[in-house]
Amino acid sequence: MESILTFDSLLFTVVVKVLVIVAFFLVAALVVGYLEHKVMGHMQDRTGPMEAGLGPVKHGVGQLVADGAKFIQKEDIIPRSADRWVFAIAPGVALVPTLMILVVIPFGPGVWAENLDLGLFFALAASGVTVIGVLMAGWASANKFSLMGAIRDAAQLIAYELPLVLAGAAVALQAGTLSLVEIVERQNELVLFDTIPVWYGVPQVIGFGLFFVAAMAELNRPPFDMPIADSEIIAGHMTEYTGLRYAFFMLSEYAGMVVLSALAVVLFLGGWYPWPGADLPDGAWGAVIGTVTTIAKTVILAMVMTWARATFPRLREDQLQRMAWTILIPLALAQIVVIAIVIVVLP
Amino acid sequence: MPTAPKIGLLKGLGLTLKTALTPATTQQYPHVKPDLPPRTRGVIALMEENCTVCFQCARECPDWCIYIDSHKLTVPPKEPGGRSRTRNQLDRFAIDFALCMYCGICVEVCPFDALFWSPEFEYSEHRIADLTHEMDQLREWMDTVPPPPPLEVGAAMPKEVQDGQRAAAKAVEEAAEAARAAAEAAAQAEAAAQPAAEPAPDFDQETYDRLLAEGKSERVAKAKAKKAAAKQRSAAGGQPGGSASPQADDGGSGSPQAGAQAAAAAEPAAEPAPEFDQETYDRLLAEGKSERVAAAKAKAAAAKRRRQASEGSEGDQ
Amino acid sequence: MTQAAAADAAGGVLPGAPGESLQVEVRSDGDLQTQDMNLNIGPQHPATHGVLRVVIDVDGERIVRAQPVIGYMHRAFEKLAEHRDYRQIIALVNRHDWLSAFCNEVGVALAVERMMELEVPERAQWIRTMMCEWNRIMNHLMFVSSFGLELGAITPMFYAFREREDIQNLMESATGGRLHFTYTRGGGLKDDLPLGFLKASEELVPLVRRRNQEYRDLLLGNEIFHARTKGVGALEPEVALDYGVTGPALHATGVAEDSRVTEPYLKYDEVDVTVPVAENGDSYDRFQVLLDRIDASCDIIEQCLGNLPAGPFAAKTPKQVKAPEGAIYVRTENPLGQGGYYLISDGGKQPYRLRMRTPSFNNVQMIPHLLEGSMLPDMIAIMGSVYFVVGDVDR
Repeated sequence: MESILTFDSLLFTVVVKVLVIVAFFLVAALVVGYLEHKVMGHMQDRTGPMEAGLGPVKHGVGQLVADGAKFIQKEDIIPRSADRWVFAIAPGVALVPTLMILVVIPFGPGVWAENLDLGLFFALAASGVTVIGVLMAGWASANKFSLMGAIRDAAQLIAYELPLVLAGAAVALQAGTLSLVEIVERQNELVLFDTIPVWYGVPQVIGFGLFFVAAMAELNRPPFDMPIADSEIIAGHMTEYTGLRYAFFMLSEYAGMVVLSALAVVLFLGGWYPWPGADLPDGAWGAVIGTVTTIAKTVILAMVMTWARATFPRLREDQLQRMAWTILIPLALAQIVVIAIVIVVLP
Repeated sequence: MPTAPKIGLLKGLGLTLKTALTPATTQQYPHVKPDLPPRTRGVIALMEENCTVCFQCARECPDWCIYIDSHKLTVPPKEPGGRSRTRNQLDRFAIDFALCMYCGICVEVCPFDALFWSPEFEYSEHRIADLTHEMDQLREWMDTVPPPPPLEVGAAMPKEVQDGQRAAAKAVEEAAEAARAAAEAAAQAEAAAQPAAEPAPDFDQETYDRLLAEGKSERVAKAKAKKAAAKQRSAAGGQPGGSASPQADDGGSGSPQAGAQAAAAAEPAAEPAPEFDQETYDRLLAEGKSERVAAAKAKAAAAKRRRQASEGSEGDQ
Repeated sequence: MTQAAAADAAGGVLPGAPGESLQVEVRSDGDLQTQDMNLNIGPQHPATHGVLRVVIDVDGERIVRAQPVIGYMHRAFEKLAEHRDYRQIIALVNRHDWLSAFCNEVGVALAVERMMELEVPERAQWIRTMMCEWNRIMNHLMFVSSFGLELGAITPMFYAFREREDIQNLMESATGGRLHFTYTRGGGLKDDLPLGFLKASEELVPLVRRRNQEYRDLLLGNEIFHARTKGVGALEPEVALDYGVTGPALHATGVAEDSRVTEPYLKYDEVDVTVPVAENGDSYDRFQVLLDRIDASCDIIEQCLGNLPAGPFAAKTPKQVKAPEGAIYVRTENPLGQGGYYLISDGGKQPYRLRMRTPSFNNVQMIPHLLEGSMLPDMIAIMGSVYFVVGDVDR
């Protein structure tokens, strides 16, 4: 199946795809950021933003737009002893990988930018690049707190990329493909005991949990937010940043929430299919229903991340490492072994 | 050593979810004003007419944030051949709310009930110097001063309240008498409201006689008698600033019937001096002021007129 | 390595100078040179709630040396008190420990009253006792919330401020203040309670109890919270006593020293005061004691509500309260620990000297002892649970 964004002219196709991805990236980050404000507000017995609105719609829907406008106006400060070049480009480096993952994520039948045969591999590899931006920011800031934050982030990434990749590998093993589009299609065909159609989230429930926890850790979402723990190291690698560059870091966090949630939806929750074994109509209607379904599932997962943030205190760096190496990674390996055996025994 | 997730983590998740599903406690402040108790120390209001420039407040203030200027005014003798007297005329009374620590000591020490706390709190300024508020602004806040709250069960009545209750009881009798007189007058002549307008005399003969009998000097007795009369007036009229007035209406603190009667009987007596100046109110509304501002200003205008009337009657004496 | 040697090694750039940045020098023999990193936590830092500065040396994430630096908020309260009359001092002591305003007022008032040998009416004493306990709950709620916040749990902050708001509204209806109450006077109180206060108190106590259970669910039962606090910053009772630590931090070590019990003032001898204690003296125990103390204070408030007699709210005092010549020391159990008020009077309307022993000052002293050898994130768990207010440290 071809992407619906494909046109005769190659140049036109590329331009449209880039524009669509960037637009979706910005809008999704704003929407999820706004929802987090509201959901967390209500979990904390308050209302969240209520005033800034877009036109007649109030309830703070324009809050993040207003925040963005504020960030643009702020002075862009680069510390005197900072490594100017590295300091300046670090937020961009942290931002781009998130954008790149979006290229391969399928949102509906035909609604994707590129269907790579190595889609899963590409997504997981790209997600690891963010840490380079963080390390650059931490090192170039010439601030002890920034450096500590960056080092923590690097350590955390190494520890959590592994369970993330292993959980993804188990899915690829079961689906027999690395293409994200095909993983969704195969997933919809899975029928347990010849009667119950299920998604990979059910047989691989452990993998799903591991993937989700590892995604939260990789995004520095509480309770795994030690790299930016405000009460310990102020804001980690973001300590010295102001204005638009700071906003870039925030943007990559929220967009990262969307992207990794969407990836989890694609891998474990049936992608664009509303229920297991569902059949979508062909053509435009199928694309619309599929896209809405994927986005709804993604938002729900992102809100679960918010829920955890509103409830839990943060772990300690060494406890986090110990949890990754002694619990998550052995579990992930064991799961791969079990899946492999099952695939071989039950063809 | 972290352990696998157990019930503790889920309990927390349950609590936040439950809270998310119940309505939030947030008050949308600029749209919903807080309901502040009468004792709230929001801003200090000045009843300028009561101030005798005794400087007690300025002297007791821990951070000296009260500025007072005054000059001596010579009042000509009341009757030819008498001595002229001097009294202090207040020129400036300002409080620097940037310095004020809201301890309330000035309000407490004021011997003439000129300073009051008001729960009003929306007076922030862009410049710190603008937080020094002058006499006219302090006087305007007087309109926002609520009556003191009734006291909890078992509380001993303060002296002022006991005095106020006595005055209220007296006002009941006098007001009833005045109402009778007014009714008779109405039957006879057209100008019926006239006697009702002056139910409380400016001079309390009873107090005067009693004090003289106690061996006080004539001047002291006269002053005290006037004060007693003024107190009765304020108790009956319910003017702002009369510390006794709210308790006079408080049926719970004294005998309930007496209180109710007092309220009922005091009504006709209070009528000639309206609480609220409709004309000012309408004018201000037409000028585009907000309803709240207009109501406050209308009240202030009415109070001013009352004051002028009572000054005029004093001058006649 | 000396500083000059370090400068040489770094190519002539002095450490801390512009351009020094973060340079790591590889020595000729190929060993990576490591050095303890000196880190300033505060005076402006999100973890120090206030302006406490802690200078720490860290080896990686492990703290090898810690030194608290106090005095950033010194406002000369004791000197100011020598130039204020007793009523003004009451307005003043509201402000050094702004979270225990009413308990501070009571301490000064008790000192003056005992020197004057003034008989304070029963009703005033009961009201004072009740207000002290309300203030204690407010204070503890603040620390419950800030401790959660420092560990990264943002929600307890909002929950605790919801309850604080209710209590503040209650206190405001009686005192007029939300933080600085200035409700006590030498000889009694400023005013009697307003109508409806007792009913509102009665309704608020069960609510606070119920909400207190929510904090247990949210934090105390949470496994991540256990991992962060159990065994962290354990304080031995002997050390605590040596440092003069009092209040919840001392009770967590198992020592139940509480001047409400050992040297009762106000009406604490006529109510049952439970002093919650724990065993290990670590951050977890300190937090648990704090929550238990909220429940204990609720019990005391209920007893006060039942015992409140009728009568005047203040003794007859001269217009200007003057303590006679002499000296007195009064101990009170403030929310954060033991408060001491040493009042010397020369018979004037102002004290000759007012020395205050504040619990936070002593509690801060043990920070180096607890920090050395712990991890950097544990610093937060420790400093958040020794319970201090910087204004109370510096005065």
